[in-house]
Amino acid sequence: MPLSPLARLARWTAALTFLSATLATASDDLVTDFTLDNGMQVVVIEDHRAPVVVHMVWYKAGSADETPGVSGVAHFLEHLLFKATDTLDSGELSKTVAENGGTDNAFTSFDYTAYFQRVAADRLGLMMSMESDRMRNLRLTEDDILTERQVIIEERNQRTENSPQALFNEQANAAQYLNHRYGVPIIGWRHEMEELSLQDALAYYEQFYAPNNAILVVAGDVTPDEVRTLAKQYYEPIPPNPDLQPRDRPAEPRQTAERRLSYEDPRVAQPYVTRSYLAPERDTGDQKTAAALVMLSEVLGGGQTGYLNEQLVFDQKKALYTSAYYRGQSLDDTTFGLYIVPAEGVSLDEAEAALDDVLAQFLKDGVDAAKLDRIKMQIRAGQVYERDNVQSLARRYGSGLTQGLTIKDIQEWPDLLQAVTEDDILVAARDLFDRNRAVTGHLTGPARPTDASAPADADAAPQPAAEEVSQ
Amino acid sequence: MIRFVLPLILTLVTAVPLRAEVEIQEVKTPGGLTAWLVEEHSIPFTALEIWFKGGTSLDREGKRGAINLMTATLEEGAGEMDALAFTRAKEMLAADFDYDVSDDTLTVSARFLTENRDKAVALLRESLIDPRFDQDAIDRVRGQVVSIIRSDEKDPNDMAGREFETQAFGDHPYGSDGNGTLDSVAGLTRDDILNAHADTMTRDRIYIGAVGDITPEDLATLLDDLLGDLPETGAPMPDDIAPALTGGVTVVDYDTPQSVALFGHTGIKRTSEDFFAAYLLNTILGGGGFESRLMTEVREKRGLTYGVYSFLVDKDHADLWMGQVQSANDRVAEAIDVIRTQWSDIAENGVTEEELTAAKKYLTGAYPLRFDGNGPIANIITGMQIQDMPIDYAETRNDRVNAVTLEQVNDVAKRYLKPDDLRFVVVGKPEGLTSTN
Repeated sequence: MPLSPLARLARWTAALTFLSATLATASDDLVTDFTLDNGMQVVVIEDHRAPVVVHMVWYKAGSADETPGVSGVAHFLEHLLFKATDTLDSGELSKTVAENGGTDNAFTSFDYTAYFQRVAADRLGLMMSMESDRMRNLRLTEDDILTERQVIIEERNQRTENSPQALFNEQANAAQYLNHRYGVPIIGWRHEMEELSLQDALAYYEQFYAPNNAILVVAGDVTPDEVRTLAKQYYEPIPPNPDLQPRDRPAEPRQTAERRLSYEDPRVAQPYVTRSYLAPERDTGDQKTAAALVMLSEVLGGGQTGYLNEQLVFDQKKALYTSAYYRGQSLDDTTFGLYIVPAEGVSLDEAEAALDDVLAQFLKDGVDAAKLDRIKMQIRAGQVYERDNVQSLARRYGSGLTQGLTIKDIQEWPDLLQAVTEDDILVAARDLFDRNRAVTGHLTGPARPTDASAPADADAAPQPAAEEVSQ
Repeated sequence: MIRFVLPLILTLVTAVPLRAEVEIQEVKTPGGLTAWLVEEHSIPFTALEIWFKGGTSLDREGKRGAINLMTATLEEGAGEMDALAFTRAKEMLAADFDYDVSDDTLTVSARFLTENRDKAVALLRESLIDPRFDQDAIDRVRGQVVSIIRSDEKDPNDMAGREFETQAFGDHPYGSDGNGTLDSVAGLTRDDILNAHADTMTRDRIYIGAVGDITPEDLATLLDDLLGDLPETGAPMPDDIAPALTGGVTVVDYDTPQSVALFGHTGIKRTSEDFFAAYLLNTILGGGGFESRLMTEVREKRGLTYGVYSFLVDKDHADLWMGQVQSANDRVAEAIDVIRTQWSDIAENGVTEEELTAAKKYLTGAYPLRFDGNGPIANIITGMQIQDMPIDYAETRNDRVNAVTLEQVNDVAKRYLKPDDLRFVVVGKPEGLTSTN
């Protein structure tokens, strides 16, 4: 459509790449790691093709680490980190990055908050000087709070209030978690965001922003020795926080009752059904079940030839679109999800029933060996293609290390995926598909004479709730 | 606030910006095709871009949406293979093919491992030269397109885009949605899809960029195999059109909490001698960064939005200077007020030398950073060709940016920024705003 790329400018942050992000990993020889004396872990990923570096600091603190009642404060603080410090004016960091031809931003998820700049390789020291400064020296004013709180509320308006799909995701996610903070949106509940104060932001900052709770990732045209020298100069002098607590967050109880919800919004043109199941995540030294679940999500929902698509779109013609996703990387219990967008004339109840029939059939039929081979081939190729994008590698390590994994876990992952057998997938699927741990949602618009059809592009297709929100 | 950081900043910002360090070769094939190539043998794969000038604007009269539907059906079966067989073959090779179309361009993006190159190219060739366009595949994809059209009808961003396009371009193809309407898409036949293929994917409008693990000789052979059997010529290009926008406000009533506003007036051609001055000016006004005038005034100082941007829209047959903002229904009127004030202020008073210097440093420093990775570089070098830029453009581009003077920028501001000509299309329930003519 003529102006759509522009009209959609502001939506880019919503783009999600769960499946591809789950698949590939770096070749080990590019990666070096060490730890500074104050406990800050450092990861260097070398790529000398272009004189560019990505400099990232990841904090092991996200929205799920917030105190109850101040939802959204992790993300609010992330915005406020662009305000003044002892040595930088408000906005000066971004301005300096831009004047050096770089780009910068930040993002917050359930489990981490991260800040990054992408600049010419010879500007790395400057980036470290500024990033290390704002780790401890932020100087916030009441005025900053008032203005920036309006900005995050407009951000919530844009991402969530203006999108019935996002509002629906938010409610479904809240129903999935009975006790864990993953049920609270990263951006925050609106009524709590409106009350966020300077004290709330500072309390979070002082508790979590410290070198022994942070990971430095530098990727691009640098050597580990150069990074070590600069990191010692800029980050090592910062004292650790001796009062840092372990991340023991409230765990989910045994889930024993199926949850169902329906949401109607006049802004919905395309109804659909979602189903999510509580699922185990990748744990350090224990990633085999997660590897099987990744393969399950690919076997069921991977592209045109996923089992759901072949059965429901091509064969039965009951759906226009199906998909499956699994968020393996997560500090605590995660979710595995399914979508079905019904074909013209098929009701949501019929679509849901067809989905369940196909899942039952899948457990009987087993895994198509040829499909599994093709998935493994694509994973191998993904390791080659990923070397072309050093920033995504940097994100892989930063997010993994803040979500309970070690470098060894991250590097073993591709081999674990290759080792998954057809039986492993079926065993994982049988454990997973328990409706007592599931949330089923129906999203509908106002009643129409005929029922609708489905999206092919990521823009219109249903999406899992945003995993991160940006500055 | 001069503190310890400052001396370091000064030393570094005065450093000479990087140059884009890519060596582009022109490859001419025996079959008469021209491609640009950047050899990069350190990772065993190739990124290939094949672009056809024209896009959905070449839809025939009454057949709106045919080219979009055709493009989306290219991967739904070719030669001996139906849709699933084609996808399985692609998965087996771990090759990626993406087919996309916009107003002005139909793009095919491929990437494939060196070990699978011949097979991947043979498969891609089937989809370009011998797509099946089976009736059931057309109908399946049509169902998806219809769903997208219905969803877009209720999406405030799309609603704003459509209203703005209609006002600017009327009956010109730019004035309507390339997806087509529910009626036009329902009426498309297999013959319409075949015509759409013949109209768009031809040798006389093709632009090719390749980056990766391939030599010029191998690329030439590959391209003649891949594209040699495409027809020579297709549909004529559409006419140029001057946007018919007038100053004022259009409110599209829609019950949603945050209003979406698109705004704009006539723009500037990329080939104009004023273009670089305008590009710098737009960076200062509302280009991507947090430092632009609009971001500073609307977001940073007043908290009225999460994002506000301006951008130069340089289409093949029309030019616009546009912007976008989203703000709660009770605050969007103020946001628009601030935007108008900034537009006027820059038109009247220009920008400062300091702002211009900062924008130059940003643009010249950021340019080489775009060249990161085979895929992005393939995109850039194909875009350079379709915009008729010289092969050494990347080497001279920063000099052109640096050559722009403050006088030129402020002269462009006076001549091109027309606050009274700005048309704001606002979708939502904006308080204190009503439509004007």
